[in-house]
Amino acid sequence: MSSTYFSAYVAVISARYRGLLQYRAAAFAGFVTQLFWGCIKIMIMFAFFAASDEPQPMSIVEVVSYIWLGQAMLGMLPWSIDKDIEAMIRSGDVSYELVRPLDLYTFWFCRTIALRTATTTLRAIPMVIFAMIGLPLVGAVDWALLPPADLITFLAFVISLGCALMLACAFTMLMHVVLVWTISGEGLNRFIPAIVNVFSGMIVPLPLFPDWMQGFLEWQPFRGLVDVPFRIYTGNIPLGSAAPDVALQLLWAAVFIWLGRRMLTGSMRRMVVQGG
Amino acid sequence: MDSTRSPEGARGGFAENVALYGRYISISIMSQMQYKLSFLLAVVSQLLVTSLGVLGIWVMFSRFGSLGGWGLHEVLVFYGLVNVAFAIADALATGFDRFGSEYIRQGGFDRLLLRPRSVSLQLLGHELALRRLGGFTQGLIVLTWGLGHLDVPFDPATLLFTLYIIGCAVCLFLAIFILQATLSFWTVESIELMNTMTYGGVEASQYPMSIYEPWFRHFFTFVVPLACVTYFPVLVLLGRDDPVGTSRWFQMLCPLAGPIFLMVSIQVFERLGVRYYTSTGS
Repeated sequence: MSSTYFSAYVAVISARYRGLLQYRAAAFAGFVTQLFWGCIKIMIMFAFFAASDEPQPMSIVEVVSYIWLGQAMLGMLPWSIDKDIEAMIRSGDVSYELVRPLDLYTFWFCRTIALRTATTTLRAIPMVIFAMIGLPLVGAVDWALLPPADLITFLAFVISLGCALMLACAFTMLMHVVLVWTISGEGLNRFIPAIVNVFSGMIVPLPLFPDWMQGFLEWQPFRGLVDVPFRIYTGNIPLGSAAPDVALQLLWAAVFIWLGRRMLTGSMRRMVVQGG
Repeated sequence: MDSTRSPEGARGGFAENVALYGRYISISIMSQMQYKLSFLLAVVSQLLVTSLGVLGIWVMFSRFGSLGGWGLHEVLVFYGLVNVAFAIADALATGFDRFGSEYIRQGGFDRLLLRPRSVSLQLLGHELALRRLGGFTQGLIVLTWGLGHLDVPFDPATLLFTLYIIGCAVCLFLAIFILQATLSFWTVESIELMNTMTYGGVEASQYPMSIYEPWFRHFFTFVVPLACVTYFPVLVLLGRDDPVGTSRWFQMLCPLAGPIFLMVSIQVFERLGVRYYTSTGS
């Protein structure tokens, strides 16, 4: 019984993933845009680092790799929602979803996994190849994304990235649920991505924020999306002390999943389906 | 009546066009004001979103102190100016921005061609996006904040020169939007690439151009003359010499590249694009 349930969810992920992989032209345009953006960011960072001789909490080499990873994994951040789910909520077709013999939260969570991974795969692979191999080939060695120090670091990065994906999906689910609660959650969903952007470390790597803010920055949930996996990759978080950070990622993911489930169940109980 | 039907009058006189644009815009504003709360939320959320962008700049300055000889307040002037100009252009150019999706793909362009008025005028009249007020206000606050903390005299000359820069920058951004619309005669996809010129251009010119690599700077000076409407004239405003070594005359006159670029792009749009256009027929 439970295994057929499980395979149904796997089917949801893979069908949706393959569907989203079709948008290749858009992905190419996205790749060029992210590349351009990455170049601007790197030049700005070079200029800032040139201004100061003091040792910084993060070296410019680490920052450059951090920026490229960020450009590659952009699609994984929870700053958009599933357009189909949004349309269903708007039109009321969401009631059909309730008829399916699946758990709604898990069903949507699976769709969200596909949403967060498909666009990311299409953009991340060319970006990583270009930043790691292409840039040194054209002579921009300083600009290149460096490979991780060793295999264990890479594995730790992959694990942490998996946790970041769970966290991102759990948070995207919260955005979906907010939309079920109130359609005017639209305004909220426009503002949230900006918060995510700043506090994940996407705009400026978190270690570069003022020291007095670090206490807060270390505990807040969005750090698990970008800052933790990327700093593990660059070695800025040493392997020995990576475990608590990964645990924090999982903790926040669990909190968001719990919250999202509760809110979804609550709103489904109150939902009135109009006939016709 | 007759004059509008004769070939010369087909595009209308100047005063008539201005009146028509005014009418388009007043209708657009009225329709946006139908949903006051939603409008207010959009403005406020945009204000907050753009404010977080400044947070990034502040973080970097609090960590590093300066940027290649530039201080925080000087960078804020660059930031404020380009964002004010972009917000205005973005508000004006909604019709061009959505040209590919709404007019070409859905065939609405045929309707515009049937009317005896300039296509560009009708597209400009598509909407005046008031929700851009958020970005505009935020840019203006940052600009005055930056200028207020610098030794820039607050007099009519400064004000006029600032308006001159903003006007020219608006022209340039409008031109980019129009070129983007022109591109959609050929392809409705890959419009995202043009975002590197608009949003990417804004991002780049939030910082003084002198910090960038020469190839990048040259691209934004000679290909898409964004530096001409932001970086160079702001040097005059701030009373600073160019680390790259351009003359004051050049810095004062180069913003005119904006209006020139705009005139060229309108010509390209109306002649090349419209001639190429074949309706989808739907």
